[in-house]
Amino acid sequence: MSVDATTVRRIAHLARIAVSDAEVPHLQGELNAILAFVEQLSEVNIEGVEPMTSVTPMEMKKRTDVVNDGEIADTIVGNAPDTMNHFFLVPKVVE
Amino acid sequence: MTDLTSLTIAEARAGLASKSFTARELTDAHLAAIEAARVLNAYVLETPDRAREMAKAADEKIAKGEGGPLAGIPLGIKDLFATRDIRTTACSKILGNFIPPYESTVTTQLWRDGAVLLGKLNNDEFAMGSSNETSCFGPVTNPWRRDGSNTTLVPGGSSGGSASAVAAQLCMGATATDTGGSIRQPAAFTATVGIKPTYGRCSRWGIVAFASSLDQAGPIARSVRDAAILMRSMAGYDPRDTTSVDIAVPDYEAAIGKSVKGMKIGIPKEYRLDGMPAEIEKLWSEGAEWLKAAGAELVEVSLPHTKYALPAYYIVAPAEASSNLARYDGVRYGLREGAKNIIEMYENTRAEGFGAEVRRRVLIGTYVLSAGYYDAYYLRAQKVRTLIKKDFEDCFAKGVNAILTPATPSAAFGIGEKGADPVEMYLNDIFTVTVNMAGLPGIAVPAGKDTQGLPLGLQLIGRAFDEETLFSLGDIIEQAAGRFAPAKWW
Repeated sequence: MSVDATTVRRIAHLARIAVSDAEVPHLQGELNAILAFVEQLSEVNIEGVEPMTSVTPMEMKKRTDVVNDGEIADTIVGNAPDTMNHFFLVPKVVE
Repeated sequence: MTDLTSLTIAEARAGLASKSFTARELTDAHLAAIEAARVLNAYVLETPDRAREMAKAADEKIAKGEGGPLAGIPLGIKDLFATRDIRTTACSKILGNFIPPYESTVTTQLWRDGAVLLGKLNNDEFAMGSSNETSCFGPVTNPWRRDGSNTTLVPGGSSGGSASAVAAQLCMGATATDTGGSIRQPAAFTATVGIKPTYGRCSRWGIVAFASSLDQAGPIARSVRDAAILMRSMAGYDPRDTTSVDIAVPDYEAAIGKSVKGMKIGIPKEYRLDGMPAEIEKLWSEGAEWLKAAGAELVEVSLPHTKYALPAYYIVAPAEASSNLARYDGVRYGLREGAKNIIEMYENTRAEGFGAEVRRRVLIGTYVLSAGYYDAYYLRAQKVRTLIKKDFEDCFAKGVNAILTPATPSAAFGIGEKGADPVEMYLNDIFTVTVNMAGLPGIAVPAGKDTQGLPLGLQLIGRAFDEETLFSLGDIIEQAAGRFAPAKWW
């Protein structure tokens, strides 16, 4: 399988990464090189094989559902580019 | 007094205990070495004030007889580990001036045991790379050079800063992380020892995530014993990482010098690649002979799905990365680029903040997870991964204790030599990536030099949670091959 220019633009938008028209052909070439490389997986017989979902066979530990942290709003917003009264500020979302 | 920076951790521990020198002197020697080696670009942030404070505290504890297992040992920390109040960037512009208000579990345990923070070490951006050339702070230089040449070589990646700093004696050991070979490949390129423990052995909490089902933290050090010492402090169950495993952490150092008599060492035929350099082939046979001379039995084994590990990895790892890196949105931390609406803000921030390799992987990951392609790519890759793991399980079920392979297909290469074709760079991890796919432990140990005088390493792959056997076998290789240090030119 390979990707065309329209697909590159669509993936970039899905990934929320701005891509200029000038960058598309280059990206398309790189993505197709990687896709050509992974193409060899199609020769593997995967009939009846379960996909790996857990690297180490183990039961996930459960913990008690309790509040054990909090009241640190200053810390939470401390690295944010733009805040007001402990809220994160973003460009206008609703017109 | 001998040069304090040339000591191993084990030697420094003895020197501190016998009061031959203080932790402060040991730290100061390293801070001076770092300052004199800035040309290597191994550190992206030096923390001398913090280092001296921690060294002073270590001296006080040692004086009271309360020093921990790493009391006063100065370490470098890969910039992927969150360090409280100390800038942590994953060497990406998108994290900008991120100051974590928390400390990773692994580093918390190192400080608990008395280690000293010298600074943060360079790495490939988000640990994506095999040469440390994708860092937003620029490439790291390998302290090793080819005989009679001034060509600047890469230290490998993604833990290139860690490997370079340890090899150049700018710290006694370093933390690193390994998703496809990022500890073992740079260790092999710099004649250092690097171990990727079993998935689940170290907590991933507070480590910037790349591919969560593959990422593991581990140490890089100048001897097998030093790696074992660091490993014991780094490992352990953490309730904040549900994939960390709740089993006791052994005293890895006790495995050094243990007899390997009667152990079965697998030599996988699939790792004998067409066109493999003769010197790698020779190194591999030598390593096998050393283990045999120590009483181990060599057996040829087959891991039939080996060639599919790298292509499967280049689906699974980017898929997980595209999901993990969705958090960098310009809202809660890091870089933000201006825009008239929120979608453009996300798109501009991520276009500006991510470097070329990260962008490439996020795009591939987004594609293989997108509607209509998920089954053909991601699901198939996860099934192939099951087969790769089964290859190893079948091998271990036949009584094999560990598997010996080369660590890398070549010695270190020049900066800018590879990378025009992304796949060419990916092939660096051909011998290491299988281990991540199967969640197993793997150690890279220096084993010799190529004809140009560059170090080469061997890899030992072990059963899940049997790092001890790797330390025992790694020590045999180290005893036979000796340890190597680069000639100082910086």
